[in-house]
Amino acid sequence: MSAHLPILQVVVPLLAAPVCAVLRHGRAAAWLAVLVSWSVLAIALALLGQVMATGVISYHIGDWVPPIGIEYRVDIVNAWVLVIVASIAAVVAPYAVTSVEHEVAARRIPLFYAAYLLCLSGLLGIAITGDVFNVFVFLEISSLSAYALISLGRPRRALTAAFRYLIMGSVGATFIVIGIGLLYVMTGSLNMADLADLLPAVRDSRTVKVAYGFLGVGICLKLALFPLHLWLPNAYAFAPSPVTAFMASTATKVAVYMLLRFFLSIFGAAFSFDVMSLDQVLLPLALVAVVTMSLVAIFQVDVKRLLAYSSVAQIGYMILGLSFASITGLTATLLHLFNHALMKGALFMALGCVVYRIGSAHIDAMAGLGKRMPWTMAAFVLGGLSLVGVPLTVGFVSKWYLILGALEKGGLWIAVAVLVLLTSVMALVYVWRVVESAYMREFAGDEGTSEAPPSLLLPTWALVAANLYFGIDGVRTAAVARQAAEALMAGIGS
Amino acid sequence: MSLDFFVSHYNYWVVIFLMMVGFYILISRGNLIKKIVGLNVFQTSVFMLYISMGKITGGTPPILVGDPHGDESGGAGAAEHVVGSAAEHVVYSNPLPHVLILTAIVVGIATTSVGLALAVRIKEAYGTLEEDEINRIEARAE
Repeated sequence: MSAHLPILQVVVPLLAAPVCAVLRHGRAAAWLAVLVSWSVLAIALALLGQVMATGVISYHIGDWVPPIGIEYRVDIVNAWVLVIVASIAAVVAPYAVTSVEHEVAARRIPLFYAAYLLCLSGLLGIAITGDVFNVFVFLEISSLSAYALISLGRPRRALTAAFRYLIMGSVGATFIVIGIGLLYVMTGSLNMADLADLLPAVRDSRTVKVAYGFLGVGICLKLALFPLHLWLPNAYAFAPSPVTAFMASTATKVAVYMLLRFFLSIFGAAFSFDVMSLDQVLLPLALVAVVTMSLVAIFQVDVKRLLAYSSVAQIGYMILGLSFASITGLTATLLHLFNHALMKGALFMALGCVVYRIGSAHIDAMAGLGKRMPWTMAAFVLGGLSLVGVPLTVGFVSKWYLILGALEKGGLWIAVAVLVLLTSVMALVYVWRVVESAYMREFAGDEGTSEAPPSLLLPTWALVAANLYFGIDGVRTAAVARQAAEALMAGIGS
Repeated sequence: MSLDFFVSHYNYWVVIFLMMVGFYILISRGNLIKKIVGLNVFQTSVFMLYISMGKITGGTPPILVGDPHGDESGGAGAAEHVVGSAAEHVVYSNPLPHVLILTAIVVGIATTSVGLALAVRIKEAYGTLEEDEINRIEARAE
C-alpha cells in the first residue's frame, strides 16, 4: 500500500470527481469532497515523511521503467509543494460545504465539487510527476476545471473573467507545449531526470534556448508574473469565495514550483543563471510587480480585488527570492510558497464569511463589521498582519529570509532589502484601510447581521492558527525549505 | 539564408505562419467566438510542429517487421536475429510525438468546448458576444 502512495495521491481525487458529478445530493458530494481532501493530505504527509526518512521516491507507472515509462518522482521539493496544496484543500473543503450552498445554485453543487476535485488532482499531478508531457496534461486538467469553478461565481462578470483566463491560460499552456516539443527534438526524452542528463550536451544550440524562452513565458503566464498577470484580479474577485481561497493559495504556488523545476532541475541552475541570465530577467519584473501591484491594491474599493492585486505583489516576492540566485533567496521563495498560502487562504476565507453575511466585499459595506462579526474581522486582522510581515506571524519569517538573502549579496542589493521593507509598509496601508472601515466606522447595514456560522469560522481560524504557529516556530518549516532549496540548486541527479 | 534552407524547412514556415495568424486573431478580434477560433488555429500550429518533427524522409510507419515469434525450425535465437537485422535497415517515423499530439488534440477540444460553453452563458447574461459592448455594459453598471 505505502509503495503506491505516489499514484494514489493523484488517482484518489481524480476518481472521486466523476462520483461527485453523478451524486444528486449536494451535501453528499460536499462530504465526499471533504473526505477525499483529508485523505489526500494524509497521503501527502506520509510522502513527506518517507522522503525525509529515505530520500527520493521513484514510482514507475504500470512498471514501465523510465525514461520510456512515466515516472512519478517525489523529492523534498515536490513533497513540500504536495503538502501545501493538500493542506489548503483539506481546510477549504469543509469551509466550502456551507459557503458553496450560499454562493452557487443548488443544482450545480455536485458539479462544483467534481470540478474542485479535478482541479485538486491536476495541481497534485503537476507537483508529483517526473515527466514533462505529463506536466502539461495535469496543467490542463487543473486549468480547465479552474475556468469552470471561476465561472460559477454569482456576479455575471465571473463569466467574462473565466473566459479571459481561459484565453490567456491556454496561450500559456500552448507555449509550454512548444517548449516541451523543442526539448524533445533535441534530446528524444520527456523524463525530467533524463532530460537533465541529456541537455548539457546540446545546451548551446539555439533550439534549447528558444525552448527555454517559450517555457519561461508560458509558465510566467500561469503564475501571473507582473506583465502577464492581467487574468488574475478579475478571476479572483468574481469567483465563489472558497474557489478564490483555494486558487489563491495553490494554483500560483504550483506554477512557481513548475518554474523552479524546469529552470533549476531540468535546465540546471548553472545554465539558468550563467548562460540565460534568468536572475537579471526576473529581478526587475519582480520588483515592478511588488511595487506597482501594492500601489494598485491601495486604491481598490472591492476588498476581494484588493487582495487579488496583493497576491500579484506577493508572487513578486517569490520570484524576487529566485532572482537572488542563492540558497538563502531560494529558501525565502519556498518558505513564502507555504506562508503565502496560509495568509491568503485565511484572508480570503475571512472575506468569504463577510460575503456570506452581508453579500458584498465592498470596503464601504464592511463599515462597522468589527462589532457585528468580531471573530471574522479578528481573523482578517491577524491574516492582514501576517501579510504585512509583523513578527510572530509567518509573513515575518518569509520577509526575514528575503532580506537576509539581499543583505548576504551586499552592494546594491541593500536597496532591494529596503524596497522589501517599504512595500511591507504599503501592505500595511491597504490592510489598514479595511481595518479602519471595519472598526472605526458606524455599521450601516442590516440590523440582523450577526457572526458567521461556526462551520465557516472553524476552518478560517484553523488557517489563522497555522499563521501564528508557524510564525512563532518557524524553525521546522525553514529547515525543510532550506533542504529543498539546496536540492534544487544541486540539480535533479543528487 | 539560402533558398534551399527555406524550402527544406517548409514545415516550420507553415507552423510559424499558422501560429502568428492564430495569435493575431486572438489579440485583434473582439468577438469571443472569433477569439476561440484564433486559439484553435494557434493550437493547431503546435500539433503540426509535433507531427512534422516525428517524420523522417522515406520513413515507414513504425510497425515491427519480420516474424516476432520466430519459425519452428530456427528457434528463439534465430528469430531475434531476424528481427534485429530487419529493424536495422528499416527507417521508421517516430510514433511518440504523434501519440503525444493525440493527447494535445483532446485537450484542445476540451478547451474549445469549455470556451464555447462560457460564450453561451456570456451571451445569455449580456446579450452580446462583442468584448467592447460587454465592457460598455459593465462600465454603465458601475
